Amino acid sequence: MSITSLLLVILLGTVAAYFLGDARSRQVAKPIGGVRHLAALPSYYASMVSLWALIPGLAVVLFWSIFDGPIIESLVRGVLPIETKNLPPEQFGLVMSQIHNIVAGVGSIEQIGLEYQPAVQRLQSLEKVSSAWMPILTIIVLVLGCLMGLAAVTAKRNARYSVERIFNITLFVCSSIAIFTTLGIILSVLFESLRFFEKVPFFDFVFGTHWSPQIAIRADQTGASGSFGVIPLIAGTLLISFIALLIAVPIGLMSAIYLSEYASTRVRNIVKPALEVLAGVPTVVYGFFAALTVAPSIRHWGDAARDWGAANDIAWLAGLSVSSESALAAGIVMGIMIIPFVSSLSDDVINAVPQSLRNGSFGLGATQSETIRKVIFPAALPGIVGGVLLAASRAIGETMIVVMAAGLAANLTINPLEAVTTVTVQIVTLLVGDQEFDSAKTLAAFALGLFLFVITLALNVIALRVVKKYREQYD
Amino acid sequence: MTEQITEATPMKDTTRSLREARLKKRHAAEKRFQWYGRLSIAFGIACVLFLFYDIISKGHGAFFQTYINMEIEFDGEKLGLTPDSSEEEIRAASFNSFFKKTLREKYPAAETRREKSQLYAVFTSDMPLILRDMVIADPSIIGTKQTVSMIADDDTDVYVKHALGTDSDISRMGDFQRSIVDDLHQRGMIEKKFNAIFFSNSDSREPELAGIRGAITGSFLTLMVTLLMSFPIAVATAIYLEEFAPTNKFTDFIEVNINNLAAVPSVIFGLLGLAVFINFFGMPRSVPMVGGFVLTLMTLPTIIISSRASIKAVPPSIREAAMGMGASKVQTVIHHVLPLAMPGMLTGTIIGMAQALGETAPLLMIGMVAFIVDVPGSVTDPATVLPVQIFLWSDSPERAFVEKTSAAIMVLLTFLIIMNSTAVWLRKRLERRW
Repeated sequence: MSITSLLLVILLGTVAAYFLGDARSRQVAKPIGGVRHLAALPSYYASMVSLWALIPGLAVVLFWSIFDGPIIESLVRGVLPIETKNLPPEQFGLVMSQIHNIVAGVGSIEQIGLEYQPAVQRLQSLEKVSSAWMPILTIIVLVLGCLMGLAAVTAKRNARYSVERIFNITLFVCSSIAIFTTLGIILSVLFESLRFFEKVPFFDFVFGTHWSPQIAIRADQTGASGSFGVIPLIAGTLLISFIALLIAVPIGLMSAIYLSEYASTRVRNIVKPALEVLAGVPTVVYGFFAALTVAPSIRHWGDAARDWGAANDIAWLAGLSVSSESALAAGIVMGIMIIPFVSSLSDDVINAVPQSLRNGSFGLGATQSETIRKVIFPAALPGIVGGVLLAASRAIGETMIVVMAAGLAANLTINPLEAVTTVTVQIVTLLVGDQEFDSAKTLAAFALGLFLFVITLALNVIALRVVKKYREQYD
Repeated sequence: MTEQITEATPMKDTTRSLREARLKKRHAAEKRFQWYGRLSIAFGIACVLFLFYDIISKGHGAFFQTYINMEIEFDGEKLGLTPDSSEEEIRAASFNSFFKKTLREKYPAAETRREKSQLYAVFTSDMPLILRDMVIADPSIIGTKQTVSMIADDDTDVYVKHALGTDSDISRMGDFQRSIVDDLHQRGMIEKKFNAIFFSNSDSREPELAGIRGAITGSFLTLMVTLLMSFPIAVATAIYLEEFAPTNKFTDFIEVNINNLAAVPSVIFGLLGLAVFINFFGMPRSVPMVGGFVLTLMTLPTIIISSRASIKAVPPSIREAAMGMGASKVQTVIHHVLPLAMPGMLTGTIIGMAQALGETAPLLMIGMVAFIVDVPGSVTDPATVLPVQIFLWSDSPERAFVEKTSAAIMVLLTFLIIMNSTAVWLRKRLERRW
């Protein structure tokens, strides 16, 4: 019986327990003069009984599926030949997975050797036992729980209390998932990063200026020594993010100012959602746009400018070379993507500036643009800075656009027409496809992930603090 | 006095002219400022329009596919089959050589090896298999002549769509192949039909046979997992934080965590999924279930934040009235607050789902980039999703895949537009102002 169908059985059992509980509570109520004389409504008794059935049932399935594998593994280990047990962990894992494959019907025992026959048989019988007993035990526990729940249905007992307590506990558990997620992120990237720093010294990683994550396959190989200097990646990330902000901040800010200070309600109601469309377009679409439309046209114009420069003897133009995967293309498209982000954040802070400041400025004879530039903008500046920081963290963490448009060459350059690579591109490139989990190459992705997490977290914390402080000022 | 006036007038004139000049400048600055605003907005809108124009102009062609209507004689002798042949016999027959022979008979001009291979390349390489399936479906066509609508190869397709009758050399076809296609065109055998293959097939190495059905199914399964996980958890969290949580350090800590998670780059969630779900819990790679889990963690903050806002918007008087009637706290929340906050929560959930539907990076990390030909049947089958399919196709060198990629983007954007407008409609329709 598969887990899915077992869960379905549990669900059915829970529903059945609900109706049994309902019937039982009415039965209890009958001799004492109706449901009015019960401590709680019948639906609460019913819920209580169904929870009595559901929770133990689910617990059995959960524990069984967690401990089933390890216990069987250790039992099978007992019947393995002694030399197999002393193998290093990777080879031992290989043998175990071969045994599992044979039990699953892939391959034959002759391929790995007859000395594993007892282990295969053992595994086969244990799996049979496990898959037969799990549903039986679950159903027994479910029925027992239901019966105990039914026995607990008495006129005196207030079922509402227990149901509400479980409700509260469920809510609490759900809300702590956010903490576990953060914890999971930190632990997973931290542990793998520590393993990475065992292989590659920390300072080589942080201050190295050369990035080429190819590891030598043979010891005597040259040229593929694998160097993990993160500086070129950071430079590339900053270059692209800088171009993006150069586009997004002025445009986003000016549209927010125009929309909140000048535009009529009708214009605002049309333009604002139209700009928000940019925020709803998936990043993979922007990546496609950058790689297939923007980058080729930048290259085309660059080539045209070079030819023109060569024809007119302008030396610096004649030497222009545009890479087909330029930082400029990725940066421009990323800038377009974060325009609505900047504009809606700025919109919020501009609207939070009190009207009295505007009125005071108008009263002194300032024009509207003077009011905006000399009164509203300085007043909103902390909020705007916070918004720009949030936009920067967005740009640094953005993945698909750069994966598709920025390329893989780790050049240390500030020329936006050359190809650069970013932290996120390298994370994706190092981890996509098959990989073993102890090479420095794979672990490097986690070290980059840790770096990215820390940077974006810091930017966010600072930004939120700035915005909050500013809000308090006017509240 | 006259002196005074004569003295004062020029002075007054200069101040006035100075003032007027300055005012003019100030007003010009005002105008300029307004124009900066207008231009910024125009740039933003132009980006939206150009993006859509670019995608649609590149992709609309993919909704049509070139077919070649050709009369084919299912000669029983050539195939070695009779109408009574069993299915195994039909499967064993060499449709490949039959198909090539038939083509050579129609175009005897193909003499050299190269010309012959160019002749075969007019059609999709799966054509013999399609003919075989036709015969399996209806063995009685053996010995008859049938007009078969044959799928053109992607190069033929690109040529027919963009370069027919011109000299431009955008497709990779040889001269002989081109002459055959021109001839077919002159004889009116080429037809463009709605591209049903695009919606009924899954991924393929051949652009003309590649479709998005597998990716759409994968996206659907992944989103279902995400929805089933994230909606209850997010609603429970929002209720707890708004209605039950005591004001203490721990509650603050939960809130800080949620706000920070909302800003964590999505690729980090991919790392989490890889390290925790796949390596630690040993779940399989490339399956919608794991994808759904990762997207759940990613969309939770979005849904929680909007659900909290809509719970907050329910006025306290409702709660007080319920409590006054003797309802418990839980009863108040379930019977009164939750139904009133539901539209807002649903809006937030739809927006979260739209975000999840467009997400690519974390799914790359957990291996949903595999080349998968089968349509996934359950959440534990290997699958890919629509955005990842777009990513994969955009990497393919064939020109025909550019068209397919844009068309897949159009499908994805259509889904997103539907979801987002549902959210807007729901908000307008159901949200109550107090």
